[in-house]
Amino acid sequence: METILALGIGVLAGSGVWLILRPRTFQVIVGLSLLSYAVNLFILAMGRLGSEVAPLLADRAAGDPAQYADPLPQALVLTAIVISFATTALFLVVLLASRGLTGTDHVDGREREP
Amino acid sequence: MIRLGDHLMIVPVVLPLFVGAVMLVLGGERSRNVNAALNVATTLALVAVGIALVREADASPTGVSGVYRLGGWPAPFAIVLVVDRLAALMVLLTSIVAVAAVVFSVVRWHRVGIFFHPLFQFLLMGINGAFLTGDLFNLFVFFEVLLAASYGLALHGSGSARIMAGMHYIVINLAASLLFLIGVSLIYGVCGTLNMADLAARIPSIHAENRALAEAGAGILSIAFLVKAGMWPLCFWLPATYAAAPPPVSAIFAILTKVGACIVLRLWLLLFGDAAGASAQFGGEWLLLGGMATVAFGAIGSLASQDMARLAAFSVLVSSGTVLAAIGMGQVGVTGAALFYLISSTLGLAAFFLLVELVERGREPGADVLAVTRELYGEEHELDESEEVGIAIPATMGMLGLTFIACALVISGLPPLSGFIAKFALLTSALNPQGVQGGTVSAAAWVFAVILILSGLAALIAMTRAGIRVFWASPDRAVPRVRLLEMAPVAILLLLCAMQTIQAGPILRFMQATAQSLHAPHDYIRAVLGPVVEGPNGATGGT
Repeated sequence: METILALGIGVLAGSGVWLILRPRTFQVIVGLSLLSYAVNLFILAMGRLGSEVAPLLADRAAGDPAQYADPLPQALVLTAIVISFATTALFLVVLLASRGLTGTDHVDGREREP
Repeated sequence: MIRLGDHLMIVPVVLPLFVGAVMLVLGGERSRNVNAALNVATTLALVAVGIALVREADASPTGVSGVYRLGGWPAPFAIVLVVDRLAALMVLLTSIVAVAAVVFSVVRWHRVGIFFHPLFQFLLMGINGAFLTGDLFNLFVFFEVLLAASYGLALHGSGSARIMAGMHYIVINLAASLLFLIGVSLIYGVCGTLNMADLAARIPSIHAENRALAEAGAGILSIAFLVKAGMWPLCFWLPATYAAAPPPVSAIFAILTKVGACIVLRLWLLLFGDAAGASAQFGGEWLLLGGMATVAFGAIGSLASQDMARLAAFSVLVSSGTVLAAIGMGQVGVTGAALFYLISSTLGLAAFFLLVELVERGREPGADVLAVTRELYGEEHELDESEEVGIAIPATMGMLGLTFIACALVISGLPPLSGFIAKFALLTSALNPQGVQGGTVSAAAWVFAVILILSGLAALIAMTRAGIRVFWASPDRAVPRVRLLEMAPVAILLLLCAMQTIQAGPILRFMQATAQSLHAPHDYIRAVLGPVVEGPNGATGGT
């Protein structure tokens, strides 16, 4: 599972980085979204991977912490998702305003001279 | 049982949030004047709160005047707000600049777009929260609050120049926020906590194999702050954004770079101070080098800039680079002087941003480029000589000229204003690492001193040139119409600089005490974690 997750994060982050270096605003916003998915998965991974483990301690028994999932990264991811969603929406508005005001979707607001 | 007075420390976060929400309910367009009054009243109240917090922090023997445990949970398990000297000082500085910016905006600028006042309040909430919080992830949330508000404010008034600069600003900061998250989660993965004080207690006992990972996390995290602080080479977005933003917004943005610098200062000394074992002083040389490069870049940029708003933006870079380099020196004396410099330069820059708009108001766009071409081709003698004789300088221009000179003195660091004392303190403490008795001066200190002096010279040349071009060498300019209410904030900010000069002794002592408690953070850690600091059990964290 570690390999799959690592590959997933790597592919998402790689595509995201490539896309935010592109000149069109739409590519940039898709790149930012992909990057934020990669980061969210990365935060989850930092809580250690494990499947079918409960996030809370059962029956007041502390027991072995390895038997339980760490609930904190999940809370962090939730916050991060909400915030990145909001900022992406805000960026979308700016993107449209820029397209309307400058007449081009280039990130610099003007096409490169041929 | 918590006393009522203890709730004072959460007021700088809750009050702007509440007032901003009320403003939104009142509506953006219809009740703009009510919102403006609310905004002025709130920022004035925040100044009072800031003064109270500074007094309290200064009076307490440890320098940490209070720890606010949200929800009443014990420290490492929940979010805390911590008021120490640095946090209280920065909250006070923020609210002072905020008052100036709001009063300035009321005359004219808050009318060019909607929701200026609510966004301004949310920005204040984010800035104050970032200074006060004692938790890394909470810091991320406050960062996002202040960034989201700042996106809206940078675009206030619209126009293609603002949209274009604003888009770069937003993309850079969104990418930096993602790096912030990566850094935070790496640190959490290694240390198992996000509480700053708890982190500081755990970092010395990290296993050797995990140390590189924790340091990588801290490095990535610091990039997010350094983007905000505008360290070279992460600063190319800054001049365009600051020059394009509406002037009251640029004035409060002068604080934003200091948010980055202050958080670097706090976290670096807390997590990687002398007590951090193998990680002590991690990354200090990068701060020093990066800060110096920023100063050089800012100085060259300010010499090359054609209009005054860009000149002000590059001066922001010089100021934040100086602070970063001084932090990177890692000496108590230099840090104290850097804090003094930070206050003085922030006040001066905020005044300058406001002043630039007043001066530029009477000029048609492109006049600066024309003036430069005229200088280049030697055409200045073409003017009709007879017109220039006997024109009295109008009172407005006289006032503007005097305030411009005061701004130039503060920013370039000439006597008699506070910029000079700040630079003098920086040089003295950098060149006398062991007090006045002498001792060996490091090569870095010499380079720092040279760069500091040269950047002052560059600022002086650039400011003088801009001043001559605007105030003396433009015969056919209309005198800008300036209201008293717009002049007053600039004058107050500069008067505060003058007060900082007169009261330099007590203020410098306060800064030195601040620097000392930052460099020896055991009081901070003890205040947050309680009297018994936990041993190294579970220090490797995770599961």
